[in-house]
Amino acid sequence: MLASVTRRRGLAALASFAAAPAFAQVRIDIAGVGGTRVPVAIVDFADESKSPQPIAAIIRADLERSGLFRSIDAPGALSETSSPAFADWRARQADALVAGSVNRLADGRLDIRFKLWDVVKGAEIIGQAQAVHADDARLAAHRIADAVYEKLTGDKGVFATRMAYVTKAGRRFSLVIADADGEGAKVALASPEPIISPAWAPSGRELAYVSFESGKATVRIQDIQTGTRRVLADFKGTNSAPAWSPDGNQLALSLSRDGGTQLFVINRDGSGLRRIAQSSAIDTEACYTPDGSKIYFVSDRGGGPQIYRMPAGGGAAERVTFNGSYNISPAISPDGRTMAYVTRIGGAFRLSVMDLGTGQTQQISEANDDESPAFAPNGRLIVYASRAGGKEVLMTTTLDGKIKTPLLVTLAEVREPTWGPFTRQ
Amino acid sequence: MKLTRYALTLIAAAALAGCQSTVKLDEPAPVETRQPEAPKPAQAQNTTQPVAESKVATIDLNAQYTEQVRDKRVVYFDFDSDVVKEEYRPLIDLHAKRLNNNKKLALSLEGNTDERGGREYNLALGQRRAEAVATSLTLLGVGANQVEAVSFGKERPAVQGSGEEAWAKNRRVELKDK
Repeated sequence: MLASVTRRRGLAALASFAAAPAFAQVRIDIAGVGGTRVPVAIVDFADESKSPQPIAAIIRADLERSGLFRSIDAPGALSETSSPAFADWRARQADALVAGSVNRLADGRLDIRFKLWDVVKGAEIIGQAQAVHADDARLAAHRIADAVYEKLTGDKGVFATRMAYVTKAGRRFSLVIADADGEGAKVALASPEPIISPAWAPSGRELAYVSFESGKATVRIQDIQTGTRRVLADFKGTNSAPAWSPDGNQLALSLSRDGGTQLFVINRDGSGLRRIAQSSAIDTEACYTPDGSKIYFVSDRGGGPQIYRMPAGGGAAERVTFNGSYNISPAISPDGRTMAYVTRIGGAFRLSVMDLGTGQTQQISEANDDESPAFAPNGRLIVYASRAGGKEVLMTTTLDGKIKTPLLVTLAEVREPTWGPFTRQ
Repeated sequence: MKLTRYALTLIAAAALAGCQSTVKLDEPAPVETRQPEAPKPAQAQNTTQPVAESKVATIDLNAQYTEQVRDKRVVYFDFDSDVVKEEYRPLIDLHAKRLNNNKKLALSLEGNTDERGGREYNLALGQRRAEAVATSLTLLGVGANQVEAVSFGKERPAVQGSGEEAWAKNRRVELKDK
């Protein structure tokens, strides 16, 4: 009885956080402690074998990895058309229940349906159907996880989003695109030369990146679906650090064409190049604020590398980081409130976050070789590169650093992650 | 930064001064560019071996310089520094002579860093080193269009592994023919 009340509170609490964003921090704290993850039962979908991917297992893994849910044993046969025996599910200590079905349509597509119930209330929360290409079965499962996550937390889920990252295996460098869980990886570019700094266009359709394939660093833009690509910047010297403006119409870049490494902005079609800052120091790693009004960047104009910000069109720069002698790689959260960056402490490079409202900083990693943080589009997680067991790996972490998950395990070195937007096209 | 520039200017200026005496070396160059198909009659020498009267001994300064720089194509740097050290002055002089002797020659100056720190910031640090070498060459009369300073940051280490021994070998600028 007591347990039931507690569980009820758990689910109600999640729902109330949804209504009041101010509670979001609290919710993450709770999840971090690990004690009050919401228990969810996800039954294997009816005729799931018609799908090339294990739908229920993918949903379970997604929800578990968020740190907000605990997947509990869900035996038996159930579909979205069933009337669940809620008393039984309560006895199993489930707060929420998901069931569904898979059917093959005449045109070969999969009709995947599901329903989500509030077990404590004994009521349906949401039911949905989607018809997808068989190759998109994994995507369909991630979308169901997103729907469940959004209904139970109020935040948009990021399970159906994608990541891009770079792998190095021997002398082969690959720009890889994978689901946000690291599965379903596909190679967008394979090269004998290094690839760095991939940046996802806000449309989700293109990636900008730095390739050394011509014997020096040039910035290219590649259409993900068609593989069409073009050179955005191939000026004398080094071309690097592309960052899309939030409207996707232009990119900030670091170019050495006039000497030194300096910040420029260029239209996405390669026209309208203009310099936005003048210094005798290194200015690089530009990143736009979500409203597009400011650019954060790294400069060593004060000696060592520190993070600065200035109006996006250029203008007076203001120093942002003051702790430590080496602060680089800024990333701004989608709500504009938090900056993730890498700071050097002794000989270690560690992921840190700064509350941009108060200027308060928090080191959220104990590792030694953190690099390249990027926010999930819902702002709840940060993906970053690190090193474990002498190997380059990708990690995701909550903003408080309490829940860290290795993103994928491969034999290759993995680095330079960037998290795609909600939209795929 | 200012100190660095100053030091660099000093080195380059010194090198430039040294360069004056070498200008003469450039003078015979037009003779060397003559085609072997149109040789000049040469004086026969009285030796035991018969020598063709039309023999011409060719001295190709381009080839000589290329041979001289064969093992002088890497400049190493101190930690967190883009100062071209004094010990590399002869190397820089030699490359300047070679480039000045043949204005069609062009070099790619590839800056590199050790593995510590961010990829983009290291790319910029490598660029700074490459530009330091470019400046020391252009101050010796090398055309700006004959050198392109580029950077590989920490992406192309010469030596794998961590520790000062490996790092020192990776903090470098490679002078490569384009």
